[in-house]
Amino acid sequence: MASGFQGDFKFFDLGRHFSKSPPSSFTLSFEDKVLDYSFALQQLVYGLTVGCLYGLLAIGYSMVYGVLRLINFAHGDLLMVSAYVGFFGIVIFHLPWPVSFAGAIALTALLGILIDRGAYKPIRKSPRINALITAIGVSFLLENVALVTIGGRPKSFPTPDFVSGAIVVGDVSIPTLSVWVFVVTVVLLTLCMAVVKKTRIGMAMRALSRDMETVMLMGVDKDRVISFTFALGSALAAAGGIMWCMKYPAVEPFMGVIPGLKAFVAAVLGGIGSISGAAMGGMILGLAEVFIVAVQPEWSGYRDAVAFFLMIVILLTRPTGIMGERLPD
Amino acid sequence: MAVSRDRILTVFSLFILFSFLAYADSNFSHYTLRILQNIAIFITLAVSYNLINGIAGQFSLGPNAFLAVGAYASAIFTLSPEEKLRSFIIEPMLWPLSVISVPFAASLLIAGIVTALVAILMAMPVFRVRGDYLAIVSLGFGEVFQVLANNSMSITNGSLGLKGLHPYTNLWWSWGICVFTVFCTLRLVNSSYGRAMKAVREDETAAEAMGINAFRIKTLAFAFSAFFQGVAGGLLAHLITTISPSLFTFMFTFNLLIIIVIGGLGSTTGSIIAAVLITWGGEALRFFEEPANLFGFQYDGIPGMRMVLFSVILILVMLFARSGIMGRSEFSWEGALGWIKNKLSVMKV
Repeated sequence: MASGFQGDFKFFDLGRHFSKSPPSSFTLSFEDKVLDYSFALQQLVYGLTVGCLYGLLAIGYSMVYGVLRLINFAHGDLLMVSAYVGFFGIVIFHLPWPVSFAGAIALTALLGILIDRGAYKPIRKSPRINALITAIGVSFLLENVALVTIGGRPKSFPTPDFVSGAIVVGDVSIPTLSVWVFVVTVVLLTLCMAVVKKTRIGMAMRALSRDMETVMLMGVDKDRVISFTFALGSALAAAGGIMWCMKYPAVEPFMGVIPGLKAFVAAVLGGIGSISGAAMGGMILGLAEVFIVAVQPEWSGYRDAVAFFLMIVILLTRPTGIMGERLPD
Repeated sequence: MAVSRDRILTVFSLFILFSFLAYADSNFSHYTLRILQNIAIFITLAVSYNLINGIAGQFSLGPNAFLAVGAYASAIFTLSPEEKLRSFIIEPMLWPLSVISVPFAASLLIAGIVTALVAILMAMPVFRVRGDYLAIVSLGFGEVFQVLANNSMSITNGSLGLKGLHPYTNLWWSWGICVFTVFCTLRLVNSSYGRAMKAVREDETAAEAMGINAFRIKTLAFAFSAFFQGVAGGLLAHLITTISPSLFTFMFTFNLLIIIVIGGLGSTTGSIIAAVLITWGGEALRFFEEPANLFGFQYDGIPGMRMVLFSVILILVMLFARSGIMGRSEFSWEGALGWIKNKLSVMKV
């Protein structure tokens, strides 16, 4: 219902790259909002953008869980690491954009492999609670090392020119960044599915997620496949991280915590262990967040709680997720 | 008789503890007293967190939510109506809460009961899942509570927080409640309920086959530990005298997690020892953050190094000393006296 705000309300938490501010939702009534197609389409654009980012993160979670049955708490912090590497590359070392981004993705993938070899490999045989605690430890280590070495003051991530501005279609303003996010996500998702479904190492990953002992009997180097899984998941997280930074330009050590949690929720929504499920879960979560806040602006403070509310609902009603295969024991 | 010897020894050590506290109260510096109270509160928290994580085996990551609920409940009920008017400047407080004001002891009790009720309500969605999912759901609830606290301006005053609480907590309150918590927890663990919890931890299906209602036992452990965490939250609120939602983040849960892991998941004694070590150590390790003169090299303090050290310690403990200090064993007078006799006889030889 209409509340007290009138006039221009810039949705500043969704990026500053719009050429036109969206229609003020506070002056519209509930019916107007729902029936106003341009408003709904606008929110759809925002929701899909955020959803793609959550989806990219969620895929990494899903893959690692599928192969190792481990919730990698440090996954969200990989987003932070890639953001910082990109930031340093562009701002401190003045490298061109493609080099910085490629470097961020490569270094994050390397870090993912390192974390697996260093922290998770020695405890693979232990009960899962130990792995969980170690993952939490690694996550905190990453965050606090960043805090200690780089400092907690948020740094401003620069925006390249080719992602600023927006395309205006009728009443709907589609930020160029959203187009890029969508395109990159689709490309990466297709690549990922191709790797998992068509290559030998992808086949090894799928087999590993079903039965680890038998895969070892088949002569597959389990450690290599697991490292590859981590590398792939981390690379996707890194790509998501860089695009996240272009959307929310503040880079600080704890920026990966909430996106990481939400990405896990997205993975659970779609069915943990399933890559397409993770992407879909991310979309659903992004859309839900944006639409709930758009329809009821008074609830904007509860935006982060939407993810957990969804998770509780899905765990109560359909724990295997939308495209899920198995229930954790 | 074994029983009366144990009882005498326990009462005697409690007497020593309280005489030490009486001595400390009049002779130690304010800073040391503050650390002692912190230790007591953390022992309370660690022992109750160990109950749900280590003894019942349900890996919950949400004690910061219970702490927040307890702290706010206790604070809301001890503030006088005038102070509430002064604090709630943006939105007036909800009606019956704005005029109620009770003494400290009652507010602690209310805080504990409210937190336990919240835990019972949470138990239904939370215990539908197990293992990793339980951890994430409880973590999610922790975040949800922080968001709720930030947004309910009329109950919690949002992100402004509540300030000007009376510093009711002193050495006697904190240590008294600590002893009470340890006593209650040990009694629970050594009862049939405690054995049922351990059975559920080891193998839930087998426990159910033996006639234990796993959900009820888990809820019991959850609510029991939530009660004491709520009370500890109230103590903490009146120690710090200012609370805001940003105080009760996942960092707190992480601290408690380190404590119970290092002490040994499943051992109450271990949690006590580790709580003392970590709280005292956390203060002692502050020298890492001060500039120092190390063997002639000037070492500029690195702020925040403590948390890095804690993370490294946690990872190392998980990799190399998984069962922590005490593993799953508890302290017993028999064991202690036997150990002393052993050492004495070895020395004689």
